[in-house]
Amino acid sequence: MSSVNSNNRAKRTSSSLSRFVQKHPRLGLGALLSGPILWLLVVYVGSLVLLVVSAFFGLDEFTGKATSELTLRNLDEVVTENAYQMLVLRSIGIASAVTLICFAFSMPVGFYISKLAKSWTKRGLVVAILLPLWAGYLVKAFALRAIFEPGSEFGTGGFLKNTIGWSPGFGYLAVIITLAYLWFPYMFLPIYAGFERLPESLIDASSDLGAGSIRTFFSVMMPILVPSIAAGSIFTFSLSLGDYITVKIVGGKSQMIGNIIERTLLAPNQPLAAAFTLWPISIMVVYLLVMARLGAFKNL
Amino acid sequence: MKFVKRNLTLACAGVLALAACGGGDSGSGSMDKLGDGEGAVNLVAWAGYVEDGSTDPAVDWVTGFEAETGCQVNVKIGNTSDEMVELMQSGEYDAVSASGDATLRLIAGGDVAPVNTDLIPNYADVFDDLKNKLWNSKDGVAYGVPHGRGANVLVYNTEAGAAPDSITDMFESDSPYAGKISVYDSPIYIADAAIYLMATQPDLGITNPYALDQKQFDAAIAALESQKSIVSQYWALYTDQQASLEAGSVTLGTSWQVIVNLATANGAKIAATKTKEGATGWSDTWMISSKAKHPNCAYMWLNHIISPQANAAVAEWFGEAPSNSKSCELTADKNHCTTYHAGETDYWSDVWYWTTPTAECLDGREVECVPYTEWVNAWNKLRA
Amino acid sequence: MQITRRSQLALRVATYAVLVFLYLPLVLIFILSFNNTNSLTWPPQGFSTRWWSTFLDVESAREALISSTRLALIAMTISVVLGSMLSFALQRFEFFGKNSLSFLAVLPIALPGIVTGVALRNTFVRFGLDLGFVSVIAGHTTFCIVVVHNNVVARLRRISPNLREASADLGANSLQTFRLITWPLVRSSVFAGAILAFALSFDEVVVTTFTAGAGFQTLPQWILNNFSRPNVLPYVTVVATIVMVISLPIAWLAQRLSDPPNDKLV
Repeated sequence: MSSVNSNNRAKRTSSSLSRFVQKHPRLGLGALLSGPILWLLVVYVGSLVLLVVSAFFGLDEFTGKATSELTLRNLDEVVTENAYQMLVLRSIGIASAVTLICFAFSMPVGFYISKLAKSWTKRGLVVAILLPLWAGYLVKAFALRAIFEPGSEFGTGGFLKNTIGWSPGFGYLAVIITLAYLWFPYMFLPIYAGFERLPESLIDASSDLGAGSIRTFFSVMMPILVPSIAAGSIFTFSLSLGDYITVKIVGGKSQMIGNIIERTLLAPNQPLAAAFTLWPISIMVVYLLVMARLGAFKNL
Repeated sequence: MKFVKRNLTLACAGVLALAACGGGDSGSGSMDKLGDGEGAVNLVAWAGYVEDGSTDPAVDWVTGFEAETGCQVNVKIGNTSDEMVELMQSGEYDAVSASGDATLRLIAGGDVAPVNTDLIPNYADVFDDLKNKLWNSKDGVAYGVPHGRGANVLVYNTEAGAAPDSITDMFESDSPYAGKISVYDSPIYIADAAIYLMATQPDLGITNPYALDQKQFDAAIAALESQKSIVSQYWALYTDQQASLEAGSVTLGTSWQVIVNLATANGAKIAATKTKEGATGWSDTWMISSKAKHPNCAYMWLNHIISPQANAAVAEWFGEAPSNSKSCELTADKNHCTTYHAGETDYWSDVWYWTTPTAECLDGREVECVPYTEWVNAWNKLRA
Repeated sequence: MQITRRSQLALRVATYAVLVFLYLPLVLIFILSFNNTNSLTWPPQGFSTRWWSTFLDVESAREALISSTRLALIAMTISVVLGSMLSFALQRFEFFGKNSLSFLAVLPIALPGIVTGVALRNTFVRFGLDLGFVSVIAGHTTFCIVVVHNNVVARLRRISPNLREASADLGANSLQTFRLITWPLVRSSVFAGAILAFALSFDEVVVTTFTAGAGFQTLPQWILNNFSRPNVLPYVTVVATIVMVISLPIAWLAQRLSDPPNDKLV
């Protein structure tokens, strides 16, 4: 008897609670948002703001600590110095090259798996492409180092040198290849999902209207896939732009923005390092706005 | 509108204030009494200074210390002096093995505390000419205990040609080693370029590679810029240079004896020497953080690492001269101290210990010298 | 769409070539874990199983593994809750600043890890907070929230609002609707997001490097630090192989869960 009563009581509490929430939707929204907002806005965005602000402080020359003197010196150095401008352009170039390579390979592979592969192999193939993501970033980077090691007449080289007799060695080419290798699944996944969501009817209509397969691919499928491509490119571009570990592992003498940020932070010169971070922040904000325009956010 | 504007201004001011505060902590005085160990000690050290058997099972002077004192040792390897300064500023570590180009910055920044040498019994046996020097003391107060000293060596591949002995092979474009040269990736390397200029461009008038006026500094940077084309590696992580030496992709470079030893053990055909024009070097000091969370364990570690046995072990492993005079009898190689010139003042006369360049010229000249922050900026631009 | 036999063949070859390239480095690691020496050069010099038989003795590896697992579990839990909350809020409601919030919600993974790491470190150091387990969790949770949110919101978008209306019409209150209708449809995406968040946190190294304090070491940090210690280096290949093998069923599971629910309901 009492269990039935407590059961009814529970039901009444839950239904009155839900009626309360339904009457005050804003409260429901507030409750839902409070946790994430606190985290994202206060902790994360707050930290970013603090970082940007810290770029405007000077540095005590001897101790390497930030002073309370406001200055534009750091910003000036980071923006006007020619060596740094080249560095930023180079980093953008590398990130773009990686994105293009990932895109170029994701399209045919995504198309094949989505449209041509037999259904029982589809899931296996997708998992096969995604599985290397789980192997770990560092392990893969070092594996590629073992592949690119150029060696010399005094010592053995790595995999490439010993199998095909040539290796690009450590440098920007190795960095681009390694980054493309690492981030390929991130570009593949949204593109594959995009292919899966392509309405068959559109493709049929296109061939009904007389378009050959190439024409259909470029005029019908690609435009629909643009949001997926844009979404995938956000990952490959951003992850490549700020990378510094791969550069250290396979890049030899090469340097990208991430390296100089790390190096400056460890100098120690925190304000100048913060000034350097303004570059990737601004680049990515612009990139995100452009990708949002292309519809990437509906597709992440 | 005014309400919003005022609050916005207040908020901005608040953010600025927050961002500005958190400056240097004033260093407290040294400890008076040694208490019980806190159970752990966090160290920042050069690679090879704190070995617990994981690099080579026979090389271990940490496990015994841990068993004896109960202080679990956690070590973070600093690849450059700059990294060490940054790590110590975070306040997360208890002690650091700082070279001369880090020590004065740490003292000035209040990141290290004076060391009460009465609490370190083994300090009595340290060579007198290492105590209370410019880089490890201030106004007669000791800020650390000497660890040992050494010179940066020139490592070369023995099969690549006749043994080199000149720093010019590192810089000139007709160097027989061009394209396979390895350079230490730190702004302090500019001093090596200055040593090169001392030998090849004496009319620049450089007397101390850490005291460079703008003209001398620009010349050094120019030498480094032209060196770029023959350099294949800028190393910070010592295993990078070790791996390249073993693979043979580097045949000449600035190095530490410990790297040469490790690579030779793995079969690399290399040898090391000191360049005849002089070399940079280091005289390292163990210092204690002013924010140390485990000060007692830190003191115990300092006492341990300069004890005759441990100091002999680390000096032999790393390839440097020990700081404890009693260590010379305890090294496995009886000639170790002679090889590393532990007592020889002549040898050290042209070794320029790493030290922080200041605007006030270190050689006493009246002109203005380039301070270290400019060294860092110039190095950054060079590497970009 | 008519694809010529030749094009079909070319596409199939391309796909399998990409797969071979993707797995080549991993196979290399596996082979090198049996290497007789302690370096990562190729070809391996001699065969030895000693790394496999002794890797459990390496204390630092064990501790790093435990630290990473703890960290990933906690980050996953917090981010599943917060990320799902965010998804529901953004999907169900219209409010001032919604677009900005959506944009902000992408930043943690859109901005390079070094920016996040440096920013968080700066904040912790300025406020005098200790860098340790908590600071790393803060860093990891930030991007894990985004991963969970992406998964859940994508699924929420595909669920027709008609279903909730129908449920309400039939007399269920909002809690019952959630429990009986929404949750079963959404839960697999929450699990998929959770698994991805775990994997991301487990593998992350950049933000961790900047936010971790002394004495705390995750597995990726252990790997990075042990490339400096030649005698522990070979164990890295062993650990890597093990992680890869264990990941296979988990990756499969994650992929299964990410598939949208039976199309009839959507």
